[in-house]
Amino acid sequence: MSNYFKETELLKGLSLNEKESIEQIYKDNYGIIQQLVINNNGSEDDARDVFQEALIVLYQNAKKDDFQLNCQIKTYLYSVCRRLWLKKLQYNKRFDILVDNQEEVVPTEEDLEVHEKLDAQYGVMKLAMGKIGEPCKSLLEAFYVHHKNMQDIASFFGYTNADNAKTQKYKCLMRLKKLFFAQYKNAK
Amino acid sequence: MMDQKQLLEITEQYLKGELSADEKASFEEMRTKTPTADQFVVEHQFFITELDKYADLKRFKANLYDIHHTMKENGEIAEVKTQDRAKIIKFWDKYRRTIAVAASIAGLTALMISGITVAFSPKTPLADIEELRRKVSKLEVKTNKQDLQLKSVRQKIEPGVNVSFGGSSFLIDSKGYLITSAHVVNNAERIFVQNNKGQDFMAEILLTDTQHDLAILKITDEDYKPSNNIPYSFSKKKVASIAEPVFTLGFPKDEIVYGEGYLSSVTGLLGDTMSTQITIPANPGNSGGPVLNHNGEVIGILNARQTTAEGVVFAIKSKYIYNAIDSLKRLDSSKIVRLPTNSTIRNLNRVDQVNKIQNCIYMVKVVMKK
Repeated sequence: MSNYFKETELLKGLSLNEKESIEQIYKDNYGIIQQLVINNNGSEDDARDVFQEALIVLYQNAKKDDFQLNCQIKTYLYSVCRRLWLKKLQYNKRFDILVDNQEEVVPTEEDLEVHEKLDAQYGVMKLAMGKIGEPCKSLLEAFYVHHKNMQDIASFFGYTNADNAKTQKYKCLMRLKKLFFAQYKNAK
Repeated sequence: MMDQKQLLEITEQYLKGELSADEKASFEEMRTKTPTADQFVVEHQFFITELDKYADLKRFKANLYDIHHTMKENGEIAEVKTQDRAKIIKFWDKYRRTIAVAASIAGLTALMISGITVAFSPKTPLADIEELRRKVSKLEVKTNKQDLQLKSVRQKIEPGVNVSFGGSSFLIDSKGYLITSAHVVNNAERIFVQNNKGQDFMAEILLTDTQHDLAILKITDEDYKPSNNIPYSFSKKKVASIAEPVFTLGFPKDEIVYGEGYLSSVTGLLGDTMSTQITIPANPGNSGGPVLNHNGEVIGILNARQTTAEGVVFAIKSKYIYNAIDSLKRLDSSKIVRLPTNSTIRNLNRVDQVNKIQNCIYMVKVVMKK
């Protein structure tokens, strides 16, 4: 079944954050999701947010070694988006019945629960990052997110040498750790 | 013992697996020996895992963002027009009944109100309104005529050499002391006062108080007979009440003129506390005349009117008369003025009151300095 292999390839690409795979998934699915959201009192921006969140859920799952998708990517994404959008509508106190084209839907509650937990953790780090301020935030992101080497970071941020940049990075990291753990305890 | 910075560096290398076998062994040995270092490594490992998750998701999100934008720019994402019309139709479907009920209630209420208005509004004949309008126009003609007359009177008087029409004054002591406004006797060389029988008397200025616009005159003429008592009194009340009916007597023309009004404000122009505001008909010549209340108490001395408003006249509060008399006493100890403290016209009707008062009101005629 060539379709199955294609889907597995796409999932693998997605788990590695590969542009081509993501683009393909986007092309195959975005239209339907946009239709769903806009037909149900959503805007274009809402459609984008919902779709991207569903992709994140799929991405987090695809990275797990034991992950096995028991349906088509299309069905999975549609199910997640449907669930997410319904939640959003309920949050806004609108108890509508979704108008959709009777697409096949798989249960996604568990995956979304896991996703929410991950999102909360992401939120803790994001908050800590937001609090350390510049240039610490950019400096640490250059190192930990974009994996720049110390030499590049030193020249980009205008430090005389890599050692100076290292010292600065150390100071920033200590502050971030402090903020992160304070936040982490609060969240618990 | 290594410092924190070195510890962090080596921990990061250890966690990334960048240490050589030897280095790794010695580092692990150090961990077992120093529990604080070990705890640091554990803590840092957790932190780095979280940071990696954050970094990973951030990279993924950035990727999604880029893809979305490029696809949109290339037109690979179909633009869906937001269905505004559908929303309105939805709204209409949902609230059709509510809207219908609300509209009919509004309609009924409007009909009822207009019905009630028609039923209860008084039926005014159109003729009345027109008549009134006619009267007003007549009145206007009349006032215009009056204005003309006033002008002619003034013109008759003014050619009379240097004697210029001054103002009014009234007795504050039957010995011949009069009070008037300071601006009436401004630049005066000689002063004559004329009673309401047309008799002229010579007078002199004893005191001018320009701050309060008051002047005290004394009749020096031998013909003057200090006989009659003064019927009105001077109010010691500091503040006369608003809406109190007041009247005045003065000489805007050769004959004495009576005017009636009310106290409209306890302060004068722009909140001036020295004077009060009175609504009364007053004309040039009324300056220096008394403002009396219904008990026959002098509450002020008329001094000015507002040119920008109709019927707004100001009067200096009577308590400043006491001040002026005190100043006069200090200036010349022989000049003792005794203000009448009892009004003898308290219970009389207005006609009798005025009859008694008018003998004490004098026209001031001023011969200007050359």
